[in-house]
Amino acid sequence: MSLNDYYILAIETSCDETSVAVVRNGREVLSNVVSSQIDTHRQFGGVVPEIASRKHVESMTIIIEEAISVAGIGLSDIDTVAVTQGPGLVGALLVGVVAGKSLAMALDVPLIGTHHIAGHIYANHLVGDIVYPSLALVVSGGHTEIVLLESEGKFRILGRTRDDAVGEAYDKVARALQFPYPGGPYVDKLAQSASEEIVLPRSWLEPDSYDFSFSGLKSAVLAEINRSRMKGESPDFSALARGFQQSVIDVVTTKAMKAASAYGAQQVLLCGGVAANRGLRERLAGLCAEAGLPLLIPPHSLCTDNAAMIAAAADLKWRRGEFSTLDLKAEPVFSLEEWSVKD
Amino acid sequence: MQLNERREHTKRYVLEASSEADTVEFADALAALAVPGTVLAVDGDLGAGKTRFAQALAAALGVPGIVNSPTFTIIKEYEGDKLPLYHMDVYRLSLAEADELGLDEYFHGRGVSLVEWASIIEPILPEERLHIELRSTGPTSRTIRCTPIGERYEKWCEAIALLKAEEEQAND
Repeated sequence: MSLNDYYILAIETSCDETSVAVVRNGREVLSNVVSSQIDTHRQFGGVVPEIASRKHVESMTIIIEEAISVAGIGLSDIDTVAVTQGPGLVGALLVGVVAGKSLAMALDVPLIGTHHIAGHIYANHLVGDIVYPSLALVVSGGHTEIVLLESEGKFRILGRTRDDAVGEAYDKVARALQFPYPGGPYVDKLAQSASEEIVLPRSWLEPDSYDFSFSGLKSAVLAEINRSRMKGESPDFSALARGFQQSVIDVVTTKAMKAASAYGAQQVLLCGGVAANRGLRERLAGLCAEAGLPLLIPPHSLCTDNAAMIAAAADLKWRRGEFSTLDLKAEPVFSLEEWSVKD
Repeated sequence: MQLNERREHTKRYVLEASSEADTVEFADALAALAVPGTVLAVDGDLGAGKTRFAQALAAALGVPGIVNSPTFTIIKEYEGDKLPLYHMDVYRLSLAEADELGLDEYFHGRGVSLVEWASIIEPILPEERLHIELRSTGPTSRTIRCTPIGERYEKWCEAIALLKAEEEQAND
């Protein structure tokens, strides 16, 4: 332990997961405990924590203790407490916010309210160096955004979904293809193994727009299923999955690369839970190689909701001494741009 | 958990929306009547236009910017010029989970609650509410069927000229 080392304890409870992490010097993950990944049979008598706030409450102290213990430090070594302030489900956020405030107060260390999407983006900083300007493609269950980082900690949203997030579109198509919820990963697998493709429309929106819309594509999948059934045939699910996946990947990667070029990005960052999608990773890697742009993708454990990414984003504010006050509130709707670091 | 009872005989109103413009007009009419604590319980299959309807209602309530799907986050809150909108999608919740989320605070809050896949949580919806069922009849045409529960919503259905009363019948 060097004298200059600092330790961020981060808490994330914006949706389904309760997660606590300890990160050294903003980049070195010492522990990153996520409720669904730990031995739930031992801790919770077989009940996997769910979306309800009560579940976050039940698991919070256990997960804080686990994160401290795995990190091999003591609570008194913590220099600051970071907590996801928003966006997210208010009841879930509140649990993390109250735990974070209490801990910061008890340890007498600064509190840093952190933006969930900034966390997804800065998860990349845990695995590599970020070169500015950088272009981030955020694809998760609830978010699909193209974000420009003009300089460190300065966020500008160039585009976002107008209806379903990519993850939602996958899950809804999975429902139509009769997979259980959440079925996104099944669709990815089915698409990968397909030998045929039913070509589906691409939704480009206005020529200069970086926004997305996937509801038309969802309707196209449903219409295709209906058409087959009317003819008394069984729909070719794998060809449909392939057609859906190709359409999504085409639009998402084309828009991201166009934005990267238009804003002179030096690098592309892929993040969010859907970054695990194989088709998406491969296509984006190919396009970045062609454009001569380095691409960073965090490992799966740092792409899905986790607290280490919250520590990585909070580090931006820690190094600038931008702390939150103890009257910090959970913000279900929270602007990423406004969360940017001060000049 | 306090469960409400499904009423046996309720009047139903229907709108055959031939285009998206009709759906928007219906949303405008609802927004004009909306008051704090309004609860719209929306059902319909995947692709029936639940989120599109929510977007039209949001625009009519004066919500600026993008209103997108709340499927993953379950609830999205918006401030509108007229009233706040609480846009919910309870598809991935069980009744017990929904009950623990404390949705009552939204239902009895300052704004309009629009709940997609509302039938999943029907037992914990407020006693008075407007059920709206969307059914796709073509690429942009929809059948919108309203079942008002409570006097306030019955009056609304009578007042909205687009809606035609259906013959009284028992809910199946």
